[in-house]
Amino acid sequence: MNNLSQAIPFFGKRNPKLALIILLVLAFALPLVAAIFGRTWVRILDFAMLYILLAIGLNLVVGFAGLLDLGYIAFYAVGAYTWAFLASPQFGVHLPFWIVLPLGAAFAAVAGILLGFPTLRLRGDYLAIVTLGFGEIVRIFMNNLTHPVNITNGPQGIGQLDPLVIFGLEINRDLQITDTISINSLFLFYYVFLGAVALAVLLIKRLQVSRVGRAWAAIRDDELAAKAIGINTRNLKLLAFAMGATFGGVAGGLFSAFQGFVSPESFTLMESIAVLTMIVFGGMGNLAGVIVGALALACLPEVLRSIALPVQERLFGAVYLDPEILRMLLLSLAMIFMMLLKPEGLLPAQARYSRIEHLPGMKGSGQ
Amino acid sequence: MIQTLLQQIINGLVVGSVYAVVALGYTMVYGILGLINFAHGDIVMVGALTALSSILFLQEAIPGLPPVIYFLFGLLVAIPVCMAVGYTMERAAYRRLRNAPRLAPLITAIGVSFLLQTLAMIIWGRSYHSYPQLISTAPLQIFTGVFVTPVQLLTIGLSAALMLALVVLVTRTKLGRAMRATAENHRIAGLMGVDTNRIIALTFIIGSGLAAVAGVMIASNYGVAHYSMGFTPGIKAFTAAVLGGIGNLAGAMVGGVVLGLIEAIGAGYIETWTGGWLNSSYQDIFAFIILGIVLIFRPTGLLGERVADRA
Repeated sequence: MNNLSQAIPFFGKRNPKLALIILLVLAFALPLVAAIFGRTWVRILDFAMLYILLAIGLNLVVGFAGLLDLGYIAFYAVGAYTWAFLASPQFGVHLPFWIVLPLGAAFAAVAGILLGFPTLRLRGDYLAIVTLGFGEIVRIFMNNLTHPVNITNGPQGIGQLDPLVIFGLEINRDLQITDTISINSLFLFYYVFLGAVALAVLLIKRLQVSRVGRAWAAIRDDELAAKAIGINTRNLKLLAFAMGATFGGVAGGLFSAFQGFVSPESFTLMESIAVLTMIVFGGMGNLAGVIVGALALACLPEVLRSIALPVQERLFGAVYLDPEILRMLLLSLAMIFMMLLKPEGLLPAQARYSRIEHLPGMKGSGQ
Repeated sequence: MIQTLLQQIINGLVVGSVYAVVALGYTMVYGILGLINFAHGDIVMVGALTALSSILFLQEAIPGLPPVIYFLFGLLVAIPVCMAVGYTMERAAYRRLRNAPRLAPLITAIGVSFLLQTLAMIIWGRSYHSYPQLISTAPLQIFTGVFVTPVQLLTIGLSAALMLALVVLVTRTKLGRAMRATAENHRIAGLMGVDTNRIIALTFIIGSGLAAVAGVMIASNYGVAHYSMGFTPGIKAFTAAVLGGIGNLAGAMVGGVVLGLIEAIGAGYIETWTGGWLNSSYQDIFAFIILGIVLIFRPTGLLGERVADRA
């Protein structure tokens, strides 16, 4: 179950091993192909990798444990701001990445528990609204924590962040191999992010079939029954929040190192919703689906941008739908139509047990 | 000292009465469908911007009418437009999902909310529009140092009238009885001869009409309107509905007013309370904190008897 090879239609099921090899080759070759169309496409792929990391983390909370979190981007923000505080001129602290990144992940995990603890009793839509509120509170603080001590530098954000240096190799700079040949920093970042994604995938795959993963599935399908068979629902829900947040924290740290600056506008509700849409679109609870969803919805708006803008200019002589509008339009329509037409997503999770809501006569709404 | 408090109470009542009107829309839909209509706040925005466009249109077409006429015209256009949007939303998106797993309608509602914002961005652009001050905003002194503006008075009055009308509709008419029956149990209501589909559609229509009025009032009070103006009042009105006990009409009204008061008084004093660490730009966190506290400690709200754990 849940093999990445599913991402290749038809063929993937028949020969999963070969499909996996093809996927690996594709993942390595992707930026090289993208580079043909221009540097910006490599940059877009870098961001897509970060979105995949976020989607994997949110999927752990929403898809595995069934806790709908609309404030997920707050953990991304915690990771990013940790980097900004501990590796920038803001406070004059410059710690190396192997301290900052784990710290960011740890802070995010703590934030996850802080959010999880009071909301243990809430499920479904109420939980969604409270987590949304949490995300907004974090954003309000990022925007306003400027006095009496300037901590976050408000809406301007924090700039001049330290570069990412791994084993003496500075990822933010082009790698000079000889005088004439060099590897662009965008490619280096891609492979660093790819490594992070690969680690995350391995971890999640093991986690999902472990005792913890099965317990989450049980909680998601029926919390009361899970409790009745002796699952410690409180600890496991907290663990889901903390682990999901950890992914967000790591992604946030990598994001700020990549971007070189952080500001509150990267962490709006829209971003939380975007990540959620990626999961919903790809197939909630299914790793392959989530990755495909994230990749598709991170790249599609950019593809649209490069197609729709020239077309509009050619046809109307002006740009009516700017890229941001196109992105929102795409995401909102993806959400609505996926729910109406294929609520289980492009690559549905294969449930080992049928969910109670799907049985006839058991409805979510009503009395 | 006492003047500041009185002034904040008046501001709180104004904001609170708007929250109450919007909260009614949330609570009616939740009472009947068990759905948090995430897009309800954006109906508020559609109302404000539609009224703005129609006011500007009429001012262009027939200049020189008394301002009240323009204002009424804006309302009269905005209300049916919002009702149509609400109806379309229910018909196209929510009706098919009535028996779907719980998360599906919520995710759809979020999608609808962003779709409405995007469409508004396409129609009205991204910029802030200044709203015509058709009802005077000249402050009237009621006590020494305590002021109220005519537009604030109108907001409170109109909200109170709408709430009264809704209560009469729900408790005294045949339609209201059908609505209550549907909220109680729609299958049984259907067996008793209630056309539940029609009642659910009507609920959305009434809620959207209320939201349209709220939108016009919010924009008239603040003097600006833009495509994402519905989000914050929407989330606060939802908080108000939860605070009062979701699914309960009286609860929504009480919750709205209480939330408005807490917010206004909180914003007025937060700087003194925290020794200058936090200031009134943190105003919005009150609603979220109250929402969290209510859901955690008293999920049934002040007046409600419904349970939160319905997922």
